[in-house]
Amino acid sequence: MKSLPFLKTISLLSLLLMFSCFKEKKTEYASTEEIPVNREMIAELTAPPHVPAPVGKRKAKKLIVKMEILEAEGEISNGVRYVYWTFGGSVPGSFIRARVGDEIEFHLQNHPDNKLPHNIDLHAVNGPGGGAESSFVAPGHEKVFSFKVLAPGLFVYHCATAPVGMHIANGMYGLILIEPEGGLPPVDKEYYVMQGDFYTAGPNGERGLQAFDMQKAVDEKADYVVFNGSVGALTGDGALTAKVGETVRLFVGNGGPGLVSSFHVIGEIFDKVHVEGGELVNSNVQTTLIPAGGAAMVEFKVDVPGSYVLVDHSIFRAFNKGALGLLNVTGEENEKIYSGEQMDNIYLPEGPGIQKMPTTDEIKESDVPAKSFDEQMKFGKQIYGQTCIACHQAEGQGIANAFPPLANSDYLNADVDRAIEAVLYGLSGEITVNGNKYNSIMTAQMISQEEVANVLTYVYNSWGNNKTVVTTEMVKKVKSKK
Amino acid sequence: MRTNIFRLSFVLILIHTISYGQSEGMARIDGARYIPLYGRDSTVVEVKDFDLDVYPVTNKEYMAFVAKYPEWQKSNAKKIFADKMYLRNWKNDLEINDDANLNSPVTYISWFAAKAYCDCQGKRLPTMDEWEYAAMSDETVKDARIKKSYNEQILSWYEAPRSNENLIGENPKNFWGVYDLHGLVWEWTSDFNSVLMSGESRKDNEKDDNLFCGSASLGATDLMNYAAFMRYAFRGSIKANYAIKNLGFRCAKDIEIP
Repeated sequence: MKSLPFLKTISLLSLLLMFSCFKEKKTEYASTEEIPVNREMIAELTAPPHVPAPVGKRKAKKLIVKMEILEAEGEISNGVRYVYWTFGGSVPGSFIRARVGDEIEFHLQNHPDNKLPHNIDLHAVNGPGGGAESSFVAPGHEKVFSFKVLAPGLFVYHCATAPVGMHIANGMYGLILIEPEGGLPPVDKEYYVMQGDFYTAGPNGERGLQAFDMQKAVDEKADYVVFNGSVGALTGDGALTAKVGETVRLFVGNGGPGLVSSFHVIGEIFDKVHVEGGELVNSNVQTTLIPAGGAAMVEFKVDVPGSYVLVDHSIFRAFNKGALGLLNVTGEENEKIYSGEQMDNIYLPEGPGIQKMPTTDEIKESDVPAKSFDEQMKFGKQIYGQTCIACHQAEGQGIANAFPPLANSDYLNADVDRAIEAVLYGLSGEITVNGNKYNSIMTAQMISQEEVANVLTYVYNSWGNNKTVVTTEMVKKVKSKK
Repeated sequence: MRTNIFRLSFVLILIHTISYGQSEGMARIDGARYIPLYGRDSTVVEVKDFDLDVYPVTNKEYMAFVAKYPEWQKSNAKKIFADKMYLRNWKNDLEINDDANLNSPVTYISWFAAKAYCDCQGKRLPTMDEWEYAAMSDETVKDARIKKSYNEQILSWYEAPRSNENLIGENPKNFWGVYDLHGLVWEWTSDFNSVLMSGESRKDNEKDDNLFCGSASLGATDLMNYAAFMRYAFRGSIKANYAIKNLGFRCAKDIEIP
């Protein structure tokens, strides 16, 4: 059923293509307002990170967009639940793709189970409220309004019902792309990424259903800053993919409500950035600023295989609040472009070089202790995702020559007390893991004794390790020895 | 001794009830002048003493009503008075679906239907000012609007799904002895559309400078306005023939002067 409009689009497109072979004449219009529309089409909408098929050479049409509003509970981080308000069931909302000259008939449907009225303000609309006034819709109702698409660009849409900030903070935003006549230049991969900040009653990581915290939102003190609605939406199975040599185009938006994004992809330089989603193109950009309620299109060719990390370069947001995604690139190495590590020499500066972190004595034990092995694993995985993953990586594989693997690790399996000590107090100096020498520094981790037990239990019971169960008592014992 | 006191207080209550003509199942609300959270020009309004149903009208009560007044049965109700969602969760003209609880608040009710129900009981719908006045109390005080806990609870309900399926009387009763003004369903008021929100709430903000400044002041005031904003936004989005899943009602009554 779903493929039907798609097939229609394809057949229409091919018809148009055939047609254009015979008639190469291009009509010029005084303004985009004059572009005539012919035929109707139901818009294809996609959930992130996917985008609908490009408009290509199709003519302007009457485009029917049916957007359903759903209020639904979801997971914002491992074990942390949140009630999202969504356009189309996802955060960010469904991606809309149209071209200049299209006449969009917008159907906004508020699901009967919803509690609140909503509306939509599309930044691509020329008119008061961007459609908000005409689309204010009660639960169980549908509102329809139309607008002519006048300007190309990447635009944010969002809910604008009182209290506006709360509706946006709960996830009511998304992107609408307006392509120019003839479409954007084709690329190999296109993805949809949108940042948002979330404000929860409990602090980052507190499990259970978390209510929205209005005061924190007013203060702009976000507990989570994430891409595509939740921590880890773009890692693991959700990671974006590409092959060496391909050009990737990211449609990046920022829903806010509060924070501005310093969008950066670690290991890449953007060949092109459509600054603020408009016509201005900047080249060779490292980090592009995406305002709340704004967007940018970035393009880059990937030359070397590996993992590229999407971050908000306000960097604590990336490593501590969730604004981190992955683009995994596969293909042939190219040592001319990137050699990998070539040398490892000893360098001894004067004075102490190691940062001192606070000891774990100051850290409060969790309010919700793990009651079973399963819970230990669950909580442990969560801590791993927050604390260890940056260096030791998602599957415990580590990073060659820099961070030792935790998967199938002889070093780990040989001595559990040594492992506990490493987490509690950090570890530096040369060690040998699975036959490879590592000489770097792990800092002491600021986590509670119970958390040490959980995360180690998770590590020991994952990736082919020896299934040791670490208890809080074992951690206490190691701690009392020192 | 203790039983005597009980008996005495019971008698006193009885006398109290009779002497003021308070109706069964209703609570007396002592009127006063107050400033609504967000209303007509944010001016002081006066609410006279009135009685308010202790609970929202339940499915069971509404079933009894339609049995007596067939014109309000699902298949008979005129579409201009109740849209096609009216009593959507009923299996026939007289009975609600089996999975619904009889002691849950009745919903999928239009304003016309709610008004007719109250009329037939010799009551009326509360005005928005009356409703807001009764609803600004928590368990202990008449005006709890500046309390953080009060506002947080309301906001958290606004986010909780499917609360219309809960039973009446499970939330704590408020200062006046009224249950479930918050926490269960939205409720119709007689003049629900007298404060117009255009749907473009940011513009509404500009129209009302008092409110705009108010919302930029203290944290507690922010929360207070936000909770109210959502109620007014909801009311602004509905029309009198709408029947909605999360919208029920209760009745009020003027005080009979003996």
